[in-house]
Amino acid sequence: MNNLKKNRYKDQAFKALGVLFTFFGILILAILIYNILRVGFTRINWDFLTGLPSRKPEQAGIYTAIIGTLDLMLLTIIFAIPIGVGAGIYLEEYSKKSRLSSLLEINISNLAGVPSIIYGLLGLGIFVRYFNFGGSILSGSLTLSLLILPIIIVATREAIKAVPPSLKEASFALGASKWQTIRSVVLPSSFGGITTGIILSLSRAIGETAPLIVVGAMAYVPFVPHSLFDTFSVLPMQIFNWTTRPQQGFAVAASAAIIILLLITFVMNGIAVYFRNKWQKKLQ
Amino acid sequence: MKVKEKIIELILKLCASITIFTTIGIIAVLLFESISFFRNVSIFEFLTDTQWTPLFSEKHFGILALVSGTFLTSAIAIAVALPIGLTIAIYLNMYSPKGFRKTLKPFLEILAAIPTVVYGFFALSVVTPFLQTIYPDLETFNSLSAGIVMGIMIIPFISSLSEDALYAVPKSLKLAAFGMGSTRFQTAFKVMVPAASSGIIVSIILAISRAIGETMIVAIAAGQQAQFTLNPTIPIQTITSYIVQVSSGDAPQGSLEYKTIFAAGLTLFLFTFTLNSISFWIKKKYQEKYE
Repeated sequence: MNNLKKNRYKDQAFKALGVLFTFFGILILAILIYNILRVGFTRINWDFLTGLPSRKPEQAGIYTAIIGTLDLMLLTIIFAIPIGVGAGIYLEEYSKKSRLSSLLEINISNLAGVPSIIYGLLGLGIFVRYFNFGGSILSGSLTLSLLILPIIIVATREAIKAVPPSLKEASFALGASKWQTIRSVVLPSSFGGITTGIILSLSRAIGETAPLIVVGAMAYVPFVPHSLFDTFSVLPMQIFNWTTRPQQGFAVAASAAIIILLLITFVMNGIAVYFRNKWQKKLQ
Repeated sequence: MKVKEKIIELILKLCASITIFTTIGIIAVLLFESISFFRNVSIFEFLTDTQWTPLFSEKHFGILALVSGTFLTSAIAIAVALPIGLTIAIYLNMYSPKGFRKTLKPFLEILAAIPTVVYGFFALSVVTPFLQTIYPDLETFNSLSAGIVMGIMIIPFISSLSEDALYAVPKSLKLAAFGMGSTRFQTAFKVMVPAASSGIIVSIILAISRAIGETMIVAIAAGQQAQFTLNPTIPIQTITSYIVQVSSGDAPQGSLEYKTIFAAGLTLFLFTFTLNSISFWIKKKYQEKYE
């Protein structure tokens, strides 16, 4: 009987460890958010949101960084969504089990694992230097588009895969062509899944810092970009710059900017989860 | 009608092939600048020298100094993330009450959604001061704090992917073990984990690859001194944070410093490419095991 007791003991001990570790993750999350709110919350006011970056931490604001982030996201949406969704449709609906399609598949899974800073080097070599776009918002958004392309493609494929074949067959039986079926049957019924993937990929892009540093985003941009070829700053870049300054005032400003960045990230993830749940219910 | 369909297919195919051009672009850019770098620096020096000082007047180009920093932070991260992530996966799969798993997983996944620059700030401003109260000799910039925070970031990767792997094990195996009188602990470690081992290994490899390529946490919290060391309490530099350091300054195009970031990038790419290929191969090889 001794052995039985020992085994039950082990079982309970591991359960306790499981609870402990699970809550450890959530505890760290709570500490992180608490600390940032404690330091940065009172720093957020209208002047902070509409102020230009400054050498004096008390006057520094995030206006150009926020506008830069919005512009960059807008351009990234324009470049990445049509290509990503298009590629997803092609892989799921058109490409047959050929060598090309398995090559594409391996390649996309590999691209998803390439570190973001390597995309930065790609952007530096191709867009900044070869096409001579310079360290502009155009180079930045093209680089980010390539970075999130695998995420959008995979999400599109998953969403299309989840569409019941009976729907497609019904459409074909009515005499619809392939593209007509995709446009009016497949895409509408996979819309929720694709949207979820797109929002998640954008929430990833909004927090990216490393590739943009390599491409040439600036920490100090005292003006809002007016053309595709202007230099730019983004929120994470501004945060990074402030964390590297020794003055305590910049740590406060960084915390405040982090609150804004986390708010955007969490809202986007929340919307994505909402879409996913709604869509999954509809599919069932 | 027929023509329109063909044109649409062609456009979609072009979209898909952009991913191929991306890969070619990455390899071409890295190789092109690296070859030009290796005209100035011998590969032998690059691989064997233990000092990395391209920005100093006395220049050394020993990638080992950056590789050791990368290895150190990644090893600390995995040492944190693996036991915690795997325990969480087993707990959620075998122990947690119904419904608990569904509410808890999104919370853990928030950990993966937080931008890494935020983690870097957290490591520098919260974790390092906390560790210094325990171990006062810890320097402001160190790989210990950066590695631990990176590990926390990676927990959801391991827990989520491993849990998926455990979930995919046929229920009959689990029930058979219970039927033999095994406890949940015995079932987990004698039946479930071995059965899901390929998926768990894939999750670990992907986590390592992620840790090696992680940039902002180490750039903010681990320092900017390339040192060939395994001491976690002193400032180091990883491959990624070196690239950030050079990019933040202004190295003129064509200069040797400018080329070093591509040689460093190529090294990083080779590491992650190898790891990703291994994980892809394992996934392909073992995925039909239970179908």
